[in-house]
Amino acid sequence: MTDRAYRAAPPGALRVEPLGELTAIFDRRSMQTHLVVSPMPEILAAMGAEACDVATLAARLAASFELDGEADVRPILAERLAELAATGLVERA
Amino acid sequence: MRHSTRIAVGPVQFRIGSDWAGPVAALERLYAGYPEDDARPADATVRLFAARPWRRWLRPSVHIGGDFVVPDALPLPLSMGLLAAEMGMNLQVALGWRRHMLLHASAVAKDGRALIMSGESGSGKSTLAALLGEGGWRLMGDEFTLIDPAGGDAFAFPRAVSIKNEAIAEVSARVDAARLGPLLAGTPKGDIRHLIPRPDAIAAMHEPARPALLLFPRFGGETTIEPMGEGEAFVRLTEASTNYVALGEAGFAALTRLVRETPAFGISYPDSAAGIALVGQLWADAAT
Repeated sequence: MTDRAYRAAPPGALRVEPLGELTAIFDRRSMQTHLVVSPMPEILAAMGAEACDVATLAARLAASFELDGEADVRPILAERLAELAATGLVERA
Repeated sequence: MRHSTRIAVGPVQFRIGSDWAGPVAALERLYAGYPEDDARPADATVRLFAARPWRRWLRPSVHIGGDFVVPDALPLPLSMGLLAAEMGMNLQVALGWRRHMLLHASAVAKDGRALIMSGESGSGKSTLAALLGEGGWRLMGDEFTLIDPAGGDAFAFPRAVSIKNEAIAEVSARVDAARLGPLLAGTPKGDIRHLIPRPDAIAAMHEPARPALLLFPRFGGETTIEPMGEGEAFVRLTEASTNYVALGEAGFAALTRLVRETPAFGISYPDSAAGIALVGQLWADAAT
């Protein structure tokens, strides 16, 4: 499987408000509210301004969180990124 | 419209027109103690009209109209004109109001702080608010609570309280009959009788109150109290708000602040006395 790259929303596009176990995200472009749970907010926060592939993201997350093996986490991250892309919160680079 | 009246409930100025005198006379009786300001332009217009001109006499039936129209709103018989007017007023506010975030919730206030109760029809939120409003609380409203998007304060919408079914006897026993509207039996929502809020609640209807406690009541079953997380309260209140989406980011900001600053609980209670006791207990905790 190719490692697809994704790009985070431009600065200021999202308003992210943690609400306990849920995080509410208001997308100013679509005016939609998204409710997400971990690890979505962590993924969004780790994306940075540049296009980012799963390997890069896994490495960044591993630096901040204890992951059960970076390699095992990659397919899960790929799925989550695809889900975030489906909601419009990230886009394919 | 042959007959019309104006009513101010909280910040909303209604103009109500009707093809018949009956519903307007009934409204004027229920809202006689509300402030009048005929110079103010109407925020919402409700029209109760006959389907065809001859129907006004032959088989009177009330259709609800106004600035916003729900296409499948059922025509109601003339005897239910008051209910039709109430439904029309609710509809215009629910669909048209933008100055506040609207929550489908009842509210009462004490010492400038508000208890907000959100629930489906049948949850008991109206009855609890009505009974609390007869005690040491100011009734803010039994159907809608308005949240100021900028400051976060709750504002009242103290329309005549719609008391339903079993609660009618319970509330009627406690109040002067002059404060009750006619019994509307066998409506699509069951039996209904309106309660005119206390004069002090009407006089204070423009005073804001700071949200201090959010409850999600459920009538029936054992007495239980379940603390509710911010996320769940947020989800439930987006569902309970009729204009959350329309308000855009202002609604998002208002709702996130409300659930962060206000403790929330789901409560179940077998009867009104138990419900009022629960409210007293949770309010005492929230106030400390």
